[in-house]
Amino acid sequence: MAANTNYEKYRSNGTLLGNVLEWVDARFPATSLWRAHLSEYHAPKNFNFWYFFGSIALVVLVIQIVTGIFLTMNYKPDGTLNADGIPRAFASVEYIMREVAGGRFIRYFHSTGASAFFIVVYLHMFRGMLYGSYRKPRELIWIFGVLIFLCLMAEAFMGYLLPWGQMSYWGAQVIINLFSAIPLVGPDLSLLIRGDYVVSDVTLNRFFALHVIAVPLVLIGLVVAHILALHEVGSNNPDGVEIKKFKDDKGVPLDSVPFHPYYTIAHDLPAMVIFLIVFCAVVFFAPEGGGYFLEYNNFLPADPMKTPEHIAPVWYFTPFYSMLRAMVWNFFWLDAKLWGVIAMGGGVVILAFLPWLDRSPAKSIRYRGPIFKTLLSIFVFGFLILGFLGMQAPGYLFFGQGWLSGDVIAQVFTVYYFLFFLTMPYWSKIDKCKPVPERVTSK
Amino acid sequence: MKKTCAIKSLKRLAVIALFAPVAAFAATGVHLDKAPVSTDQKNLQSGARLFVNYCLNCHGASAVRYNQLYKIGLDEKTITDNLLFTGEKTGDLMTVAMAREDAEAWFGTAPPDLSLIARAKASAAGSGADYLYTYLRSFYRDPSRPTGWNNTVFANVGMPHALWDLQGVQSLEETTDENGHEVQTFKLSQSGTMSKETYDQAVADLVSFLVWMGEPDAGSRKTIGIFVLVFLAGLYVLTHKLGKNYWKDIH
Repeated sequence: MAANTNYEKYRSNGTLLGNVLEWVDARFPATSLWRAHLSEYHAPKNFNFWYFFGSIALVVLVIQIVTGIFLTMNYKPDGTLNADGIPRAFASVEYIMREVAGGRFIRYFHSTGASAFFIVVYLHMFRGMLYGSYRKPRELIWIFGVLIFLCLMAEAFMGYLLPWGQMSYWGAQVIINLFSAIPLVGPDLSLLIRGDYVVSDVTLNRFFALHVIAVPLVLIGLVVAHILALHEVGSNNPDGVEIKKFKDDKGVPLDSVPFHPYYTIAHDLPAMVIFLIVFCAVVFFAPEGGGYFLEYNNFLPADPMKTPEHIAPVWYFTPFYSMLRAMVWNFFWLDAKLWGVIAMGGGVVILAFLPWLDRSPAKSIRYRGPIFKTLLSIFVFGFLILGFLGMQAPGYLFFGQGWLSGDVIAQVFTVYYFLFFLTMPYWSKIDKCKPVPERVTSK
Repeated sequence: MKKTCAIKSLKRLAVIALFAPVAAFAATGVHLDKAPVSTDQKNLQSGARLFVNYCLNCHGASAVRYNQLYKIGLDEKTITDNLLFTGEKTGDLMTVAMAREDAEAWFGTAPPDLSLIARAKASAAGSGADYLYTYLRSFYRDPSRPTGWNNTVFANVGMPHALWDLQGVQSLEETTDENGHEVQTFKLSQSGTMSKETYDQAVADLVSFLVWMGEPDAGSRKTIGIFVLVFLAGLYVLTHKLGKNYWKDIH
């Protein structure tokens, strides 16, 4: 529903609270905002499991902001060594873990929240692909979403440096060095990001500033834009049909329910509690997440003189890291390293073009043909394999078999990843879709 | 709701992708013995005693205060009388007296702080405790090393065998078995003050203490976690019922 901002103003019923509301509403669009975005935002009534992750992502964002605020009260972005030879930043994290009241839970919530954010956002993006949520008229929602994903990656990358452990330090060193592969400006660019010739106290301080202020501001702005754009055109649904085609005499879509309370309380609240159960199970019983959420090596303080044997980024970056490593050929006069960086960045950026690459007559997977279903299945499988391989040292062999070389498989799936998108205009058009119903089917 | 075939096959693929790599993991590197980690206060106290007497001369535990040892059942008097030798206060951090420059000159590298060592040494091969338990039992005499000691878990380690008077002196014997595989076995060439079983138990206590130091409040974290999960489970029942109630008139 297009957001209506001209609702009738609130009229007091004579009580004190009523009078206050009337006073506020005469000066601020309280009623209009409430109605346009919640009580009279008409959402399709057939949302399913996949539609939980948008609101859960919002919950995680709040968890990260609140725990982040409390962490900054005791964290010290200081790379210099204390009397015991421990970097002060690293020591301040352990101080939070051991001596700040409730500090360990705040820290575990924040560290687990980072991984949870990516799990939820990956599922949220996959929902978009399942039901064609990026298709016209929702292109801008999708693009804001891709920008949010980029911001989230920057936020996570810079946040990961702050505990100043070995993986923080060397991970940052490797990733910042990638920028130096860019022709002409590359070396100067990575110097500018680092603020030094190696990752140092200077880098730590600027990453702290960016992580706690700059990127979160942009992120929140983008989230607002994402939701405003969504409320302007209305939500897609698992059938991929436009509910606005059939309205009652008041202009309310027949297949809709008011977002509040049907989705806010009735649909999303139990889902959020389920999410919190899983989340808290990790925080309280396995905060290291098996070495994936908190990497073991990061319990060692950063040491610029000791390079770890195997440097791998945190799990949520590994599919794209695999694409980077898969590029081992120099061609078109460009260095393999530059192709790697192009693949890594391109892997994210290409998502933004999805609305124009997909030419299928049906939006939802429910009515799309076998080509889409097959190619999407391989796409998901390949993406997971790329993620797994990104965590392994180069030269990994599946089942120890020489013919199942991880390096080659990563190259195959990297090529597949890009071909999936680049050939989509062709295969999405010829796929045999089922007839799309006029109205939503279930519920 | 009817699930499409594609979603089912996607789920199946996801399961394969998630579990195939686990199956594909071939154990590489050194075999680690499973550490019998204990949370019993007796074991932790014995570990604390070994730690202060044998480790703390060179290694700090600078994230831990002496009075944290209240949590393993030691009182202030016991700590002062048995663990503090050079006028520290019970509220002090367990830092090391040796200067870092000296340490670097003597061992080639400053001995690492041990506050988090049990968490840092975990890997695909085993937990951090398994690593430490195996490591501390794998020192052997090697005249080619500056300290005279070497270790099968950490080759050419800078650290000498600090517990040798307890364990005795091991030498490494390399033989080949009937399949032609190289087998490394230890032989006790000079016995220590402890029998093999007693020494293994002492190391297990020490490792348990190192694990405890990695996160002294891990126990209470889990206890609180149970209450949190029970509360959330109750909240789920309520919110689920509430939601059902809202939706019952929507068709």
